[in-house]
Amino acid sequence: MKVVKIKEDNCVYCHLCEVACIVEHSQSKDIIKAFKREERPIARCSVEFNYPVSLSVMCRHCDDAPCMEACQNGSMHRDERGYVVVNPDTCVGCWMCIMACPYGVIKRDTRREVWGLSTKCDLCPDREIPACVEACPNEALTFEEL
Amino acid sequence: MKNLKEYVPPSFIVERDDYRCIRCKACVEQCSFGATFYDEDEDRVWNWNAKCVGCNRCAAICPTEAITIKRSAPTYRYNHNWNTHIDGLKKRAIFGGTPVVSMGNDKPYPIYWDHMLLNASQVTNPSIDPLREPMELKTFLGRKPAKIEVSDDGLKTRLAPQLELEVPIMFAAMSYGALSYNVIEALGRAAKYMGTYYNSGEGGLNKDHYKFKGNIIVQVASGRFGVHKDYLDVGSAIEIKIGQGAKPGIGGHLPGEKVSETISETRMMPKGSDALSPAPHHDVYSIEDLRQLIFALKEATEYKKPVAVKIAAVHNVAAIASGIARAGADIIVIDGFKGGTGASPQVIRDNIGLPLEIALAVVDERLRSEGIRQDVSIVASGGIRNSMDVVKAIALGADAVYIGTAALIAIGCTMCQQCHTGKCAWGISTQDPHLSKRVNPDIASKRLINLLEVWALEIKETMGAMGINSIESLRGNRLNLRGVGLNEKELEILGILPAGE
Ligand code: SF4
Ligand code: SF4
Ligand code: SF4
Ligand code: SF4
Ligand code: SF4
Repeated sequence: MKVVKIKEDNCVYCHLCEVACIVEHSQSKDIIKAFKREERPIARCSVEFNYPVSLSVMCRHCDDAPCMEACQNGSMHRDERGYVVVNPDTCVGCWMCIMACPYGVIKRDTRREVWGLSTKCDLCPDREIPACVEACPNEALTFEEL
Repeated sequence: MKNLKEYVPPSFIVERDDYRCIRCKACVEQCSFGATFYDEDEDRVWNWNAKCVGCNRCAAICPTEAITIKRSAPTYRYNHNWNTHIDGLKKRAIFGGTPVVSMGNDKPYPIYWDHMLLNASQVTNPSIDPLREPMELKTFLGRKPAKIEVSDDGLKTRLAPQLELEVPIMFAAMSYGALSYNVIEALGRAAKYMGTYYNSGEGGLNKDHYKFKGNIIVQVASGRFGVHKDYLDVGSAIEIKIGQGAKPGIGGHLPGEKVSETISETRMMPKGSDALSPAPHHDVYSIEDLRQLIFALKEATEYKKPVAVKIAAVHNVAAIASGIARAGADIIVIDGFKGGTGASPQVIRDNIGLPLEIALAVVDERLRSEGIRQDVSIVASGGIRNSMDVVKAIALGADAVYIGTAALIAIGCTMCQQCHTGKCAWGISTQDPHLSKRVNPDIASKRLINLLEVWALEIKETMGAMGINSIESLRGNRLNLRGVGLNEKELEILGILPAGE
């Protein structure tokens, strides 16, 4: 199974992976429209920084995914590709997955009213190469067999 | 706030299309010169134009192409005599010191390469198709015997040690210190892959890079930084640096900010202190002294490695080179005044030295006329920009060339001339670990390899057009060159015919 490999030695702290992730999960998939006209999705990767270390973190699609374990109604599930994804239609926003994920890569989608939903990396189902990987100017993110 | 006392008009204007700007702040982080900032209250990204050095990093990284960097037109009243000197005068008056600059001489001196044209074969000497016929670029550097004696059991003449190059192009001396670790790593990998050499420069050699043994030329400069037995052993050749094109007659200077922990270890000097190598080698004040140093190094390495001597192209360079050849050097490196540097006083960089083309031509001519050309190989260095410069250099008498700036540009350098600040936004000439990450050795080495492969192909194609199938037959073959737009004296010195003859 291919995952996004993170090479912190090469991360230049530009946040372009976040930008690409936002564009990829927007309605229009157009960078200007995604940021200026639409309700902007949240990035599913985030760049952590502690000089001089920086790296982008996103879901590791764990083999024994604690988030799936924690999910009470099966919303956090493994899709046909083998990746761990959320079913937004059934997620009730109990945030148990957020508590369970050892990498802290599940975010609350605060745009939703009342409860909100879990948002996490879905490894860009519409793409061959994930958006963040393609956007990284320094190949700090690569899409590789683990 | 702007500082009125230090005001000089900005050289660049950064324009940002506010509609296209999505406030991702990539440009803010990438600008290592503090020229770009985000104003939270206004939710806008702004620039201090005066701080912009025109490195184009922000424009390259901006995902919406919102940024355009413009050269700002001189805002002083036009005065042909004074305009380019006003800022220089002000800077000296304000700071009380001579400005230090980096990269090569950028003054509009003549570029002789562009006044030389190559020959092409026609009916009587047909051209060669490099795709169908073998083309030999292999080059050997080192002393060649005047004649070869062969007995029944094989070669009787003992050959001096040689450097074997698959392409006649090597990476010039650029020290670890001036350049980041990742750039050195990339140069080493590319040299290894291409079967050529990179030069350690005077910074010593990081232990990690001993793995490039077989593809390293180690330098011994006046500062003797990082020179020890193991270092000499790792090199395939040893280069004594007497002079450097970008700053002839000047020692090396690595600003203290660039002397990090690992640099200090490699150079064997205290962290954070300026690495100053003296202008002269304090044991070399004559050709005889140089001979002693050459033989001391040969002795130390059991006469197994060629010893090169690098000099800057200066007045009387032919006589100097002749002396060096007689002092026992195996290779002479001539560094022209367009050569780059990490830090040099501006006055030196811009006014001292000679064009490489001229120096190369007179050195080759002198060594030939003295019958000692075979005693040394000549490496041309300093401002080689493209494959045709390489071909012309070889036709003028070089055995091989060194490329420095061209290699850095291949990696990403935009010639912003800020190497001496240690803030290189492209991660090339910096020791800041956060900035040096910007060079990924995987990408950089691929680019260097591409560059050399393309140049090699272009050289082969040009040789084919000239009807030459081996670089050996091109060397010193000045009949393949014709001068255009040069006066009689220049043609005479270059030893080439004018176009039409
Ligand atoms: S969200 Fe966290 S726990 Fe779940 S698969 Fe991804 S990394 Fe593992
Ligand atoms: S793989 Fe796709 S969804 Fe996951 S962080 Fe990268 S861009 Fe976002
Ligand atoms: S990144 Fe370079 S070009 Fe852009 S504002 Fe900074 S100095 Fe100027
Ligand atoms: S990189 Fe471009 S889009 Fe991002 S803040 Fe800078 S100008 Fe705006
Ligand atoms: S190495 Fe860096 S600082 Fe030096 S000229 Fe190139 S881009 Fe500018």
